[in-house]
Formats: sequence, structure tokens, C-alpha cells
Amino acid sequence: MRYLPHSPAERADMLAVIGAASPEALFAAVPAAARLAKPLDLPAHSPEFLVEAHMKALAARNHAAADGPFFVGAGAYRHHVPATVDHLIQRSEWLTAYTPYQPEVSQGTLQMLFEFQTQVAHLTGMEVANASMYDGSTATAEAVLMARRLTRKDKVILSGGLHPHYRDVVSTYLDNSESLIRLPASPEGQGDILNQIDDDTAAIVIQTPDVFGHLRDVEKAAEAIHAKGGLLVVVVTEVVSLGLLEAPGALGADIVVCEGQSIGNALNFGGPYVGLMATRKDFIRQMPGRLCGETVDADGKRGFVLTLSTREQHIRREKATSNICTNSGLCALAFSIHLGLLGEAGLTRLARLNHARAVALAKALRAVPGVELLNNSFFNEMTIRLPVPAAPVVELLAKAGILAGVPVSRLVPDDPKVENLVVLAATELTTDADIEMLADCLKEALQ
Amino acid sequence: MSMNTQGRPTGTGSAAAAATGSSLLPDEPLLFEIGDTEHSGVDLPEVTVGDDFLGGFRRETPLDLPGLTEPEAMRHYVRLSRLNYSIDSGMYPLGSCTMKHNPRLNEKLARLPGFADIHPLQPVSTVQGALAMMDELAHWLMTLTNTAAVALTPKAGAHGEMCGMMAIRAAHAARGQGHRNVVLVPESAHGTNPATAAFLGYAVRAIPARADGTVDAEAVKAALDPDVAAIMLTNPNTCGLFEPQIIDIARAVHEAGAYFYCDGANFNAIMGVVRPGDLGIDAMHINLHKTFSTPHGGGGPGAGPVVLSAALAPFAPVPFVRKGEGPLALVEHAEGHHLGRITAFNGQMGMYVRALTYMLSHGGDGLAQAARDAVLNANYVKARLGQVFSVPFAAAGPCMHEALFDDSFLEGTGVTTLDFAKALIDEGFHPMTMYFPLVVHGAMLVEPTESESRQTLDQFCDVMLDLAKDARAGNAPRFTSAPTRAPRRRLDETRAARQPRLKWERPDPLPQAAE
Repeated sequence: MRYLPHSPAERADMLAVIGAASPEALFAAVPAAARLAKPLDLPAHSPEFLVEAHMKALAARNHAAADGPFFVGAGAYRHHVPATVDHLIQRSEWLTAYTPYQPEVSQGTLQMLFEFQTQVAHLTGMEVANASMYDGSTATAEAVLMARRLTRKDKVILSGGLHPHYRDVVSTYLDNSESLIRLPASPEGQGDILNQIDDDTAAIVIQTPDVFGHLRDVEKAAEAIHAKGGLLVVVVTEVVSLGLLEAPGALGADIVVCEGQSIGNALNFGGPYVGLMATRKDFIRQMPGRLCGETVDADGKRGFVLTLSTREQHIRREKATSNICTNSGLCALAFSIHLGLLGEAGLTRLARLNHARAVALAKALRAVPGVELLNNSFFNEMTIRLPVPAAPVVELLAKAGILAGVPVSRLVPDDPKVENLVVLAATELTTDADIEMLADCLKEALQ
Repeated sequence: MSMNTQGRPTGTGSAAAAATGSSLLPDEPLLFEIGDTEHSGVDLPEVTVGDDFLGGFRRETPLDLPGLTEPEAMRHYVRLSRLNYSIDSGMYPLGSCTMKHNPRLNEKLARLPGFADIHPLQPVSTVQGALAMMDELAHWLMTLTNTAAVALTPKAGAHGEMCGMMAIRAAHAARGQGHRNVVLVPESAHGTNPATAAFLGYAVRAIPARADGTVDAEAVKAALDPDVAAIMLTNPNTCGLFEPQIIDIARAVHEAGAYFYCDGANFNAIMGVVRPGDLGIDAMHINLHKTFSTPHGGGGPGAGPVVLSAALAPFAPVPFVRKGEGPLALVEHAEGHHLGRITAFNGQMGMYVRALTYMLSHGGDGLAQAARDAVLNANYVKARLGQVFSVPFAAAGPCMHEALFDDSFLEGTGVTTLDFAKALIDEGFHPMTMYFPLVVHGAMLVEPTESESRQTLDQFCDVMLDLAKDARAGNAPRFTSAPTRAPRRRLDETRAARQPRLKWERPDPLPQAAE
């Protein structure tokens, strides 16, 4: 077995040093009733080339995004990741390091996290950011809990534009609490979220661009919630948009959470991704997750450590701000390297390019007879209404090799209002030929 | 003004900007001190965009994000990486963390476009191979644990705990037992256990450990009452011992109408040897990043699938794969008792690929051998060190996959567990887990894993014995000043917490000299 260093002779020698009669003797504490009488019915060990063949056969049964025109978004986006990023994150010292609890031998990871926190703070326009969360959806749930702790109020209102999966995650985290108001998914607008705010409201959660692609007025929402003593949580699922759109922090957001996948990370069928969380300096003691801070060592040299751990489970146990233990270290590294390569100049160009591709897509879709574009505003994603239910059309186009977006009925089932809607995204990877092929096939499918 | 290695200014007055180390172990300035907002390592066409669709929300706040060209970025991140310890460079005897070898075949296959370049919301008909892969992983996990179902989506161990405890809460609610509001947690538990229970609104009732380091079935029985929803027990426990009364405990918990949550962090000791389902557990998370070799990545991403007993299977969260006639289905919306989503999409797909690759490589036989070797290695370390180091629960017999020592061998030396661990760094080893579990004074928990050769174990033991001898010979300064050979000496954590500096701040400009 290629991963196990001992030879049978070495095992026997080691047992002799231990003074155990047999390997089984080491398991003496296991009750007899719990010992396996015979080996499990599982395949035996296998050489590398056979494992590879097996997994490749499974992979070959999937339609990869690069296999044809691709317009799927709705919370995860296909962007180009520079080769440098994937090379670097596979270096042993990044890939196979543990959590940096021993800072003297973990300065690489710690300095990277400090840089990451700074990048996230600048990107979101906030004062501080943590060292990352599992993903955007769990970060949103944690932000809601954090807002409740900060305000000591219960009621939380989720906007109808918040990604339906995110709404579900928040509901699960809050055990479907009655104090959680979920406004119905509405492709038309923000709904009446601002009218629902009262003195008991801990927070409102709005997403921009929202799940339908609309850009939302963060400033207006901030004014309304602050007037009642609550907090504004802003969710961004397409983080590249911050290269072109105003920073939520500059518009009055109190907590900003993002799905960071778009920068540095592959689609991966949904994970691993990286959640970003940023907030005001005054709120850090209620922020969940790891934080890296600057300090000095015994020689006075600058160094970094995990800090403010008294918020965390390994110190505080049942009094912790969250049960969260890990962050999404390697995905945060990929994010940080990619953003470090882009810089302000590159991110701005990338964001403009995404928007320009989306404008081209919108133009082409509007020209398809029977298709109605619902957006007045968007970044790189938009919603269209078809004259017929959308899911069968999307399925038909998939058979033709075109992944044409997400039928909203997949996100919000059993709602006739959204049955004919499709959410489509364009990125820098979307070509004119892709758009033309989509428009042609859509035209044909609707005839 | 100092210059970076490419000759660009690095900002003014930064104490750390100058590289003071050798070229093999340089001090690396911050990204913000070497990059600037004009440079970029990504070539993209320049396009102009109008305001027609931007709703008046065009960004005016500067991004203030430095960029690096590709050679600069390569050097920055390679240099930073060299300040890290890693499994690939040496033994990582961290108890509870299972720092085993991370096979590179896993990395290669996780990057196949058919796994990495697929979207969670593309038509289910286009991802049948991905669903089949998840189903195959689920089959391995259920077979290894003898359980009825597995929820794959938890993003990490603590997330798995949350998921399992939510399923328990939902099961109680469905049975009209929603009033149960207490969770029993042994004192030796990982911090995440009480944190998870409290996170879900449960009161935590601590169960003291017996003198031999295991949990007393009688103490559990005494603590069980109609308010108890569950017990959260780690097995093998955090003292490195198999809980001998675990079947009795499970029976008592079930008789009291409660559920048995098992923390599976230590599953590496028993995979393929003991099936937790045979012990009576109802839910257990499995850290794919420990037991099944997915990389720790400097602190995540992890993955924490939860296996569930038949009693809890109806309460698994969505989404999950459903097998029937014809193509595999992905159940995405909760029906019946199912929990809603605990994360937006399908969990840690990239980690599933790595874990299944590892399982197929080892096979059922290899996994059992790996568990036996992990236990063998821990007992070998315990045997070699036990004459000098104090073993708190020696009477309990062999340990499982980790060996626990306390600090009584350091009594009177002026050397603490922390000092001792830091001295280990100077000898080229990562420290063991310290001060955990809490039930032992000055604990040192050593988990060698099956990946270490006898030669490496001997080197480690020789170093440990030499350090112990030196400590007891009165050479305290070697320990209290350690480490001296690492990229940094001990860091001032108090200062970091008292005056938090959580991001880079632009230094104040130096006063300009008069012309």
C-alpha cells in the first residue's frame, strides 16, 4: 500500500517494543460485540492508474462549463483563473499546512490572511474583515445572528431579491423562527422591505446585484434601517461586481458578506468556496470566525497571530460567538493571489469587461421574439421572461450543448409567477459566438 | 524610501519593508508594500462601459488594491510559503488533527474539468457523473460506519456537528419532544461540541471524566432525565482512549428517549476496524480533511459529512442524491421532515473527489491497515516515551491513535508545556497539541498518524527524550527562549489582542524636507 511506510517486519518489531502480542491486542478496549467478524464489503486497494481511470469515467459523464456556451450563474460564476493561482496554492507549504496555531512556523499563512483581510476590507469599503467563512450563504446566516447579538433584537427581514438558497440557509440556521420575515421572491423589485422595518427589527438583508440581477439601492435601505436602530446586512454573490459598483461600506452597510468564489476559485459543483465577511471596527467582538492581527515577536520584528480568540469555540466553548472552527484557508489564498494579480487596475478592467459582455447578451436576448428582459439595471446577470415555462426550454438547450442559465422555478418551486423566468449570466469568458448561438437556439426553441 | 526587489518604491517609513533575512528565508514585505494600483498580473482588454444599466451605482470609492505582475506575485507567495511548516516538510504530531499525508492523485483528479468546471445549478441531466460520484462516496461512508444515511453537505466538522444536532432537534420536535433542552457533553470534549449545542439553544450539562480518562456510564445515566435531548461523545475520546462502556451509554441514552451524537474527529483510529453504527450512535460527522486525507490548506476548506441512523435519516438536510429507476435525481427542496439547506449548494464537492480517490486507493483493506498503523504508531511513541514522560491514564492499557502525556515530568524544572513545545520547533518538529484535553494538567497530545515511518518516529522520540533530559538537567533557557531557529521568535499575543491591527494601514507620510 503506497501510503503506508511500514513493512510487516517493522510492524512486528514495533509491537515487540510496545510489548503487545498482536495488532489486535492494541484494540483490547473495543467491546467484543463491536469488533468486525469479517472484513467490510468494499473494494480492495487499487493502483493509481486504475483509480484514475475510474474517476475519469465519472468525470466524463458531466458536461463541463468549457464544453459549450455557458450562461449559468445565480450565486456561482465561471471566470478565468490565472495558471499562477492554481500553481501556487498547490505548493506543499500552503496546501499541507495546518491552521496557524503555532505562529512562529506559520507566518506565511498568517501574513497572507492579514493581506486577505485588508483586501476584503478595501473591496467592500468596510473597516475590518475576518479571515473568511465557509461560503457566502453560511456567512449570511452568521451575519444575521451577529446583527441580533449586536442589537439585542430578534426580527430579521430577508429581501425578496436575496438568493433563495441563502434564504433557506438563514431559515435553517434560525430554526424557521417566527421572527424571521422572508419576503417572497420578486423579480420585479425590492418589494416593500423598507415598509416592514419597525423598532423591533434587528436587521434587514439585501443582496446586490440581487438574484435576478437587479442593482439595489443600498443607501436608501441603510437610511431606513438605521432610523429604527437596526443594522443593514448587504450580500454580494458576484464579488467581481465590486470592481464597477459602489462599495456597500460607502453606502452605509453595517455588515457585508460576499461569496468570494468568483475570484480565484473554480465552480466545483458548489464547493469549496470562500465566504467573505466585513464589518465596522466597533463590531469586531461580535464577529464570528478567525481573525489575524499584527504584532511583534520577542526580537521586536513584525509578525502576525490569530487574535481575539476569546470569541471562539476552542477558548470560550459554549459561550463562543459561533461554533465555527475552520475558515476556508486555501480558497482564501486563491482569492488573495488572484486579487493580488489583478490589483485595482485589473479588477476594474475585469468588471467592465463582465458588464460589457452582459450588455451584449441583453441586447441579443431582447432581439429574440417573445423574450422579455426584466432588468433596468444589472452587472453581469439578468432575468428574462419566456412565453412558455422555462425549465423545459433550458433542458432542450442543454441537449443542444448550451447551458442557458437557471430556470427560476429550480430556485423557487411551485410559484406560477416565476415559472417562465430564466436567470442568465455573462462573464469575460462569454464570446460573441456563444451569445449568437444561444439567441439562435432560443429563437428556434420558442417557435 | 525603500525599494522592492523589482526596484519599485515600497511606501515610506515601513519598518518591515527591508528584507533582513537570508535569501533562503527572507522576510517578505506585505503585498500592500510592494504592489501598487497601476500594476497588474492579468492581461485583459480595456473596454469602456456606459451608465445605461448601472442604476447610478457606479463605484466612486477607490478600490485601493495593489497589483503585482506575475513574476512579482510568484516571488511574493513562494517566499511567504517558505515561512510555513507543512506535512510535506515534516511530521505534524498534532493530537486530534490527524495530519496525515495528502496524496497528490487526489489533487489531480479534483481538477478534472468534469468535477471542477461544473456548476451547482446546471441541469441535473448534465451532471450525472457528479451525482454518481457523490453516491459512491456516500456508499463508502455508510458501509464504513454501518449507518442508514449520510448528509454530505456540511462544510466542516463543526458544521457537521451543527447539522447532526439540528437533525436531532427536528427528530425530537417531530415526536412531540421539542421541550428537551439539555445536551450532555463530557469535560474532555472538543470545544466545538459545547459551542454547537449552545449555538442551537441547548443548555450544556458537563459529564466529568473518570480517573482513567473515560466516560462513566453511571455518570451518564445519573445525568439523563426527560429534558435531555442528546449526548455528544467523542469516540475514541480526546484522551486517545476507546470508550469501553460506549454500548451501555448508547443503550441508556436511547432508553431515556435521547439521541447519541458521536464526534467523529478521531475516526482514523477505527475506520474499517469498528463501525460506529454497531456502537449505537445516531449521528456522527466525519472530517474528510482528517480521516480521508484532504489537505488542511492552512485552515480549511474542510468537509464534514454526517452519517445518520435510521431514526435520524428522515431529517437529513437538502440537497441530496436520490437513486431510483433511471437517472439519479438531486432532491433540492425539503419535503416531509427534511431539514432545509445548511449551505447554498452541494457541499464540498472538491473534497468529495479527493476523499473518494483516497478510499479507492486504499480500498477497504488498506483503510483498516491505515487505522491499525495509526494505532501502532501512537502506541510506539507512548512506549518509547513512557519511561520518561508521564502518561496520565497508563492503567487504561493501549491507547488508540494518539498518545497523551501530562506535564508532571516537568515539575520543578521551570519549563512549561508551552516552552517544551516551542523547543520542539527548534529541533525541526511541529509541536504536538498542547493543553488539550482540558481534563489533564499541561496536556501534550501526540498523534503521529499512519503516515510516519519508524525512522521518523524514532527521530521524534529521540528529540523528545533529549529535550526532557535537558529540561530536567536545569537547562530552562533552551526552552523559555525557544524558538530561536524559526522564522519568528515568540509573538506578543497580548499586544495583538489589546491593540488590534487587523489590516494594513497606509503609513503617515513623512514630513517633506523644505526645498
